[in-house]
Amino acid sequence: MIKDMRNRKKAILILEDGSQFEGWSFGAEKEVAGEVVFNTAMTGYPESLTDPSYAGQLMVLTYPLVGNYGVPPFTIMDNGLPVYMESEKIHVEAMIVSDYSEEYSHWNACESLESWLVREGIPGVTGIDTRALTKKIRERGVMMGRVVFEGVDKGQWEMENYGDINYVDRVSCKEIIIYENNASRSFPVDTPVDEINCQLSIDNCQSRKRVVLLDCGVKANIIRSLLNRNLTVVRVPWNYDFNGLDYDGLFLSNGPGDPDTCEAAVRNIREALQGDRPICGICMGNQLLAKAGGATIYKLKYGHRSHNQPVRMVGTERCFITSQNHGYAVDEKTLGADWEPLFVNMNDGTNEGIRHRTKPFFSSQFHPEACGGPLDTDFIFDKFTALL
Amino acid sequence: MIEEIKKVLILGSGALKIGEAGEFDYSGSQALKAIKEEGIETVLINPNIATVQTSEGVADRVYFLPVTPFFVEKVIAKERPDGILLAFGGQTALNCGVVLYQSGVLEKYNVRVLGTPVQAIMDTEDRELFVQRLDEIGVKTIKSEAVETIEDARRAAREVGYPVIVRAAYALGGLGSGFCDNEEELNVLVEKAFSFSPQVLVEKSLKGWKEVEYEVVRDRFDNCITVCNMENFDPLGIHTGESIVIAPSQTLSNTDYHKLRSLAIRIIRHIGIVGECNVQYAYDPESEDYRVIEVNARLSRSSALASKATGYPLAFVAAKLGLGYGLFDLKNSVTKTTSAFFEPALDYVVCKIPRWDLGKFHGVDRELGSSMKSVGEVMAIGRTFEEAIQKGLRMIGQGMHGFVENKELVIPDIDKALHEPTDRRIFVISKAFRAGYTVDQIHELTMIDRWFLQKLYGIMQTSKELHAYDLKGVNRWRLDPQLIRLAKRQGFSDFQIARAIGLDDDLEKGMMLVRQYRKEHDILPVVKQIDTLAAEYPAKTNYLYLTYNGTENDIDYERDHRSIIVLGSGAYRIGSSVEFDWCGVQALNTIRKEGWRGVMINYNPETVSTDYDMCDRLYFDELTFERVMDIIDLETPHGVIVSTGGQIPNNLAMRLDEQHVNILGTSAKSIDNAEDRDKFSAMLDRIGVDQPEWSALTSMDDINAFVRKVGFPVLVRPSYVLSGAAMNVCSNQEELERFLKLAANVSQKHPVVVSQFIEHAKEVEMDAVADKGEIIMYAISEHIEFAGVHSGDATIQFPAQKLYVETVRRIKRISKQIAKELNISGPFNIQYLAKGNEIKVIECNLRASRSFPFVSKVLKINFIELATRVMLGLPVEKPNKNEFDLDYVGIKASQFSFNRLQKADPVLGVDMASTGEVGCLGDDVSEAVLTSMLAVGQRIPEKNILLSTGTPKQKVAMLDAAKLLADKGYRLFATGGTYRFLQENNIPCSLVYWPSEEGKTPQALSMLHERKIDLVVNIPRDLSAGELTNGYKIRRAAIDLNIPLITNARLASAFIKAFCTMSMDDIHIKSWQEY
Repeated sequence: MIKDMRNRKKAILILEDGSQFEGWSFGAEKEVAGEVVFNTAMTGYPESLTDPSYAGQLMVLTYPLVGNYGVPPFTIMDNGLPVYMESEKIHVEAMIVSDYSEEYSHWNACESLESWLVREGIPGVTGIDTRALTKKIRERGVMMGRVVFEGVDKGQWEMENYGDINYVDRVSCKEIIIYENNASRSFPVDTPVDEINCQLSIDNCQSRKRVVLLDCGVKANIIRSLLNRNLTVVRVPWNYDFNGLDYDGLFLSNGPGDPDTCEAAVRNIREALQGDRPICGICMGNQLLAKAGGATIYKLKYGHRSHNQPVRMVGTERCFITSQNHGYAVDEKTLGADWEPLFVNMNDGTNEGIRHRTKPFFSSQFHPEACGGPLDTDFIFDKFTALL
Repeated sequence: MIEEIKKVLILGSGALKIGEAGEFDYSGSQALKAIKEEGIETVLINPNIATVQTSEGVADRVYFLPVTPFFVEKVIAKERPDGILLAFGGQTALNCGVVLYQSGVLEKYNVRVLGTPVQAIMDTEDRELFVQRLDEIGVKTIKSEAVETIEDARRAAREVGYPVIVRAAYALGGLGSGFCDNEEELNVLVEKAFSFSPQVLVEKSLKGWKEVEYEVVRDRFDNCITVCNMENFDPLGIHTGESIVIAPSQTLSNTDYHKLRSLAIRIIRHIGIVGECNVQYAYDPESEDYRVIEVNARLSRSSALASKATGYPLAFVAAKLGLGYGLFDLKNSVTKTTSAFFEPALDYVVCKIPRWDLGKFHGVDRELGSSMKSVGEVMAIGRTFEEAIQKGLRMIGQGMHGFVENKELVIPDIDKALHEPTDRRIFVISKAFRAGYTVDQIHELTMIDRWFLQKLYGIMQTSKELHAYDLKGVNRWRLDPQLIRLAKRQGFSDFQIARAIGLDDDLEKGMMLVRQYRKEHDILPVVKQIDTLAAEYPAKTNYLYLTYNGTENDIDYERDHRSIIVLGSGAYRIGSSVEFDWCGVQALNTIRKEGWRGVMINYNPETVSTDYDMCDRLYFDELTFERVMDIIDLETPHGVIVSTGGQIPNNLAMRLDEQHVNILGTSAKSIDNAEDRDKFSAMLDRIGVDQPEWSALTSMDDINAFVRKVGFPVLVRPSYVLSGAAMNVCSNQEELERFLKLAANVSQKHPVVVSQFIEHAKEVEMDAVADKGEIIMYAISEHIEFAGVHSGDATIQFPAQKLYVETVRRIKRISKQIAKELNISGPFNIQYLAKGNEIKVIECNLRASRSFPFVSKVLKINFIELATRVMLGLPVEKPNKNEFDLDYVGIKASQFSFNRLQKADPVLGVDMASTGEVGCLGDDVSEAVLTSMLAVGQRIPEKNILLSTGTPKQKVAMLDAAKLLADKGYRLFATGGTYRFLQENNIPCSLVYWPSEEGKTPQALSMLHERKIDLVVNIPRDLSAGELTNGYKIRRAAIDLNIPLITNARLASAFIKAFCTMSMDDIHIKSWQEY
């Protein structure tokens, strides 16, 4: 039998301001809470769901038809990275859509979105006027919200504040992982630096450049993009002091939450800024780099989460369509004298990337690794690789 | 911006034809707007007089001249523009531009091509160059390899990969071609193919692949965006213009989507487009393999659709980019604050469905394939696929109510009808589901993606649940409101629900009951905006649609009763197209100028009236009673205008009136009195106005008795049509009986209207505007053809040139009487027959007619503006100018698209067949006739003319023209009767034989095939078309071989007289403004 609104359990999204949106459950029936954010991308739900930057958030999709092409298999490569997903699991707290597609059709699908959500214990709500909800978030700013189910006591509003939680710590890796080609090796964080360096020197002999990837909740495609450029990637936890490692370049990943909770990372990056080895950052990485350079970060009213954000390379006529997912931004006015904006958002003028005036340090607020979204800024990785 | 550009020439696309229709009025109008606001002078060449772009105030100068190199060069020589835009007038403008470039004309006059360079256009137009250019960047195209041995065939097949298509080269009609899934099958087929031809083409078979399109924009700084992608519901094999199309794509994953998007950007950069282009792909449903089908280096039907689907003004932006702007210089014209360099995010789904009119043609092939046959399209917007497609299926206006609850189709072989698509396939799918077919079975037969089929199956499930309620005699409160809510979310109309739950005794009443039930249960649609960014940024957009998949309106209504709703004209179809869009736009302009809020409801993506900046609020939604009432409930307007959108709004007048909606202008009751044959006839009798005798009859005996009274020929209009066209002229008893037996079902329930058919009578049109029954402006025009050719197909001269003063006087008097009797306030049109000084009324429409833009522009008085002022209750003075003051003449000529309609008999009759029209001006009739005939694709013959001129009377009518031709030195060829007649009248000619006169030479057909004939004049003996006659074969061959053909004696005479008395060089290059 086809499922429809008459045989699904009623699910209710309750926002911080008390407003309620009623729909029907199509995922796990588990009460959750989180920051309610909207994403205007029209494809890419498997990628978004597994993007660690969505940790702690209830993701509203503005494109109404969701689930059409099912879910690709959770295949894992030899190096431990998933082939089609952006991390090992779903990170969003819940998914809110207008019209969940009960049936799917795609050669590469192995299950429905519903079955995946249920398997990972993630609630899904369909039948919501996501446009009305989005307008509310747009006008009021992002809010906390929770999903409850029919017949469950709505109880008291008890919830931590999104900005107070160090989500980066929750999603960052707990070990040091060295990736080369299709293989990977893991080391405990307390492994002596010399031992890691010893491992890395083999690569050095093979004239393979070594990049330290500071994992604040990295998307798999950042790692894939670096590996595709014949680099060795040393993935370290967000608060690991990498300065003692023998490396050729530093890459700062994306990640969830408030960058102000990541002081340990900022300190380590600030030290790296003293040197001359290339540094590149994406999203959270852009914010951490800016903070290390002395700038401050502020929270946007409702962030940028979409595949259609226009950015312009400052001082040029070059413009790019980018994939974005961030709720915080660099306050350009607070950039130190050594720094300058590299990209600017053409819609609202917010900062989209910075660079050091003299040293090979640069970063983007958007996601050149896409997944999902447009592939137009892939050159960021080329540029970084060329600097090594 | 490029500073030195002060004056720009834009080429339009000419008359609407299949494959090139209203979308180019939209794109040209936007381009003109974009250029004009830069302070650049604009010159437009477009003979399509009914368009918005050729209206006052759009371009600075308009030339109603053919868009051909000859005329364009002359305009360039006169106007000396700095730049030319080629991308806004379809293939016509593009081809013309390429010729002007290649012949050095553009260089000679120092005219710069703005936007995409001509070389890039040529790279995309020439198949070989195109493949080569894409090979350079490793992008895959559809290639075929020619082989001459079976070994090579096997190798080629292995290289491209099975399945493959094998075709015998040089073999017509697909002899020896077919699909092979493996080498064994290939061996068999190739052997056979070599028996037809020494060369065999091997090509990868893409049967069942998805068809996906991207609309791409690039500026001269190399910045690129893809504005929209679209996925065809129908897999590869059906022309994209014939496919149901969904935007955005539904079955592509993120990887699929961005793979094709990146390719599109690589292609546009490599080819060097500046402006807009579209890239069409074939995409493997089982992998990420793809092929590029083609690239259109210009605005296209798809780009018009993409603009309407996303709210991104592609043509406007492309024109700005042509002037040298970067995308970063431009703002998103919907949000006004964000950048034009972005890709729209949709929070809805749109569905385009083509509109066919194949039923209008005799003998036409209904099967869909790689060539386009549809004449228009609709676009439906919803927040579920089901909602969008069901809306769309109602919008196409062919009596369908959605995917389900339609009149039962008679399909003898469902499998075959699924496998071999026709214009009705979607309804065959419905029938198949009803008959128990599974999604998989239908997928196997149609190759339509299962996702679409599953959604359709869901609609069928809901229908079945509704059917389970047999409400006859049962309390309707037992209905489950959740089921009704679900049905509405899936796009069911109240009518569909009423029919499904068994309220079919009186469906109109039934749907009102459903409506009432819905309102009681708070099941109401909400209004949503199309804002290009999925609500990410605030937008003051007026572009709206209604949906049941939402809980909140985007609009806060003023409720000040200052809105005036103008009902649009719906899908372009034969009989209703761009002319009504012009009328709607003029009405909106007047409404807004007078300080009211102009609101448009329309759903045709090819129109200007659906540009959101043409009105204060645009509802891109259905023109059904239900939806119009929904919008009226929301808008609480001052009133509704039903008289500028053709027949669709006109038909709603009575029902809206019943709901106490304020119909502006002529009352609904008067509209009904003119529409209802009996009432109208009674009124004419009462005021002593003559009309051809007619009667509605229910038996053969009655029909025979009527015919005995009025005599043959008679016009027969069945109320229930079995097959073929709805109307026919029968010249004798045999024809009458055959038509009624084959085509119509005469019974008490289905009466047949039989009218006296008056031969050799002139047909005269009165287009007028009246105020409270008094005519304040009128235009009388005269058909060149005698009555019997549908007024939409006729060639019309305005002012009338050959009417007796007494005839004109009588027509004016009768028109006054009718206007007074019906108390007309607004536009109206009356068609008259005139024979001697006898006048008979054929028809009266209390709405704007097809010829309103033509007479308005020739006379330079905007009839719709006057009519709208009347309807707004504003004082209107009678203009003190009339047609008798004009020292020039306008000719409106019809454009036919028979070349697209394989096997259709290219003959004119009482049912309309033309797809478009032009209107050209001249100092005299000959100049205007010649210009307009050239503008619809006729050519002045070089040397040889084939004549077969029908009945003795027609032969006599053609005698002067034949003499002129002979005197002018043309070589005439004639078939039997015509040959003898010309001989008797001492006109030199050569005898040729009919196809039925086998074995005799020279054969007329072979002369055509050998391209020895430059013009064919073939006058059918009577007005009943069809059958595989001699005449049909000659006419069809002329069309298929692209040889000019004329089938009417009076039109042929006028054209012949024109080109025998003047040459193309004698045509004055005068702009509209200079007349």
